[in-house]
Amino acid sequence: MTVLVEVIGLSRHYRLGGGRLLRALDGVDLAVDTGETVGLVGESGSGKSTLGRTLVGLQAPTHGVVRFAGADALGAKGAALRTLRRQRQIVFQDPSGALNPRMTLHATLIEHLTVQGFTRQQALARIPEVLTQVELPLEYARRYLHEMSGGQRQRAVIARAISTDPDFLVADEPVSALDVSTRAQIINLLRNLQRARGLSMLFISHDLSVVAHTCRRVAVMYLGRIVEIAARELLFARPLHPYTHALLSAVPVPDPVRERTRQRIMLPGEPPDPTVKPTGCRFHPRCARATELCRVKDPTLAAHLPGHQAACHHPG
Amino acid sequence: MIPLLDVRNLIVDFGHTRAVDDVSCTLNAGEVLGLVGESGCGKSTMALALMQLLVGARVSGTAELDGDDLLALDERQMRRLRGPRIAMVFQDPGTALHPMIRVGDQVTEAIRAHERLSRAAAHDRALDLFRKVGISAPEQRLRAYPHELSGGMCQRVVIASAIACRPKLLLADEPTTALDVTVQAQILELLRTVSRESGTAMVLITHDLGVVAGHADWVAVMYAGRIVERGATDTLFGAPAHPYTRGLLSSVPALDVGWEDDLPTIPGNLGSTAQVEGCRFAPRCPHATEVCRAVPPLRPIGEDHVVACWKAGKI
Repeated sequence: MTVLVEVIGLSRHYRLGGGRLLRALDGVDLAVDTGETVGLVGESGSGKSTLGRTLVGLQAPTHGVVRFAGADALGAKGAALRTLRRQRQIVFQDPSGALNPRMTLHATLIEHLTVQGFTRQQALARIPEVLTQVELPLEYARRYLHEMSGGQRQRAVIARAISTDPDFLVADEPVSALDVSTRAQIINLLRNLQRARGLSMLFISHDLSVVAHTCRRVAVMYLGRIVEIAARELLFARPLHPYTHALLSAVPVPDPVRERTRQRIMLPGEPPDPTVKPTGCRFHPRCARATELCRVKDPTLAAHLPGHQAACHHPG
Repeated sequence: MIPLLDVRNLIVDFGHTRAVDDVSCTLNAGEVLGLVGESGCGKSTMALALMQLLVGARVSGTAELDGDDLLALDERQMRRLRGPRIAMVFQDPGTALHPMIRVGDQVTEAIRAHERLSRAAAHDRALDLFRKVGISAPEQRLRAYPHELSGGMCQRVVIASAIACRPKLLLADEPTTALDVTVQAQILELLRTVSRESGTAMVLITHDLGVVAGHADWVAVMYAGRIVERGATDTLFGAPAHPYTRGLLSSVPALDVGWEDDLPTIPGNLGSTAQVEGCRFAPRCPHATEVCRAVPPLRPIGEDHVVACWKAGKI
């Protein structure tokens, strides 16, 4: 396996009024292999979307390194940057907001492809192929946003993202705005596209069960940092970080008998304010295992088991 | 036992579409009914009809709450009932609260609209409510504006306001959909506690079958404006009878099994089936035959379990 996308020590800080500093990303290390799907879970404000946008170059980091296929992606200019844009694409959460309501799907795809450096002829030739791949009938090219259902709109957004034949796709909450039955269709579509094209993918979701079905490796984010990362079998069966424990126990299961019997870990306090960085471990104010060490020393992401990393002084 | 809420033949017609089509259901005091369905199935419209908050709709049928037909009341009478008898929690706490009024004032205003209380007494009641819904540092939070609170905190304020006049029926429309999963668990627990302690009946409207499984006594599944299956939670999840209910349940990704397989899906979408004659699910149903051209009535299929499907029990 070769590493396709790699970030080292990635930070993104925003200066707010009153001298406050919002650390959306605060020292993230992550590598995605060629053909691998990595799931990124975490609650709102944990920095998942900022990480995804930084990985496709929509946002510049404050500190850190982003490498794509071994080359520095942040300093890319001219032709190299244009190639990079074709290779890295993103699917957004809300397809209705991601498509121009006054353009047909055909016009949307043509515009996207010509902006990315394809000729009009090349763009026209690609349209039937991408529509087939996202399982939309060819006549849908003539449709406007309002003439498509939610699931069809998300298929259109996916069609646009894969039209440039990218190597790496960031899917930022691609099914959160969809209904249950449509959600399953889009999950299957993304899985099959990923396999058929050997895509590398970062799949961002707040829903752990969705990630379980799409990703072989899963990373958990909390307050701008990855706190645990492992193969899904390991992470779901034996989570090491107490925050992962709490997340897993909060997922509602459609089974009344299991719902009654399972142990639920209620996190005390409120979701943290990202402008206030706790001393030591960022999770310690809400952690049942916190000790004096956790209040003082910030744990780094380290392998506690083979292929299973966690940033915790008391993993298990 | 006379049910607290007794809805019969509720129809909501917007002219071009019939959002709720002949829905009947009952609910006893202190119980929770989970109303499940996908967007556009009519579940929110039904709640808004009970609150008389729909504009430009023709509503027919009856909905007796404690002996009063909610649908027959005029606006003045309805205003008196909203609060002490029936209250609603909306999906997005960000838009349910006024952004420029302190949250404490919004809650006291709701109290004083229904009860002759002094400002100070209403303030004390609001303070009690804030404690009850688990808002830390309630004295300070009463003076906060909505933007100073997190989404979960705002939803707690909305719930405090909804239960301020001790309603007998609480309609919670996707109360946790806009919230994070750990906060969702806290809010659902809170709603359940409120209902248990004060005997408030609750209609929990959600698209999330997991939420219903953990927090409802009864479940009604809606499809294209009709209830297609209804039963006690354990029965319905244990032995779903309607093909749509089965499809919904199997298309939810599980946390721990079936990772390698494609998820089962329900073909098509709701939009294409809204104007169908007979069973509205038939165009998407793998078991549909000739008989499905007639509207299937809700019929009993077990104890506390009804289903609207000609084929149920045979598939």
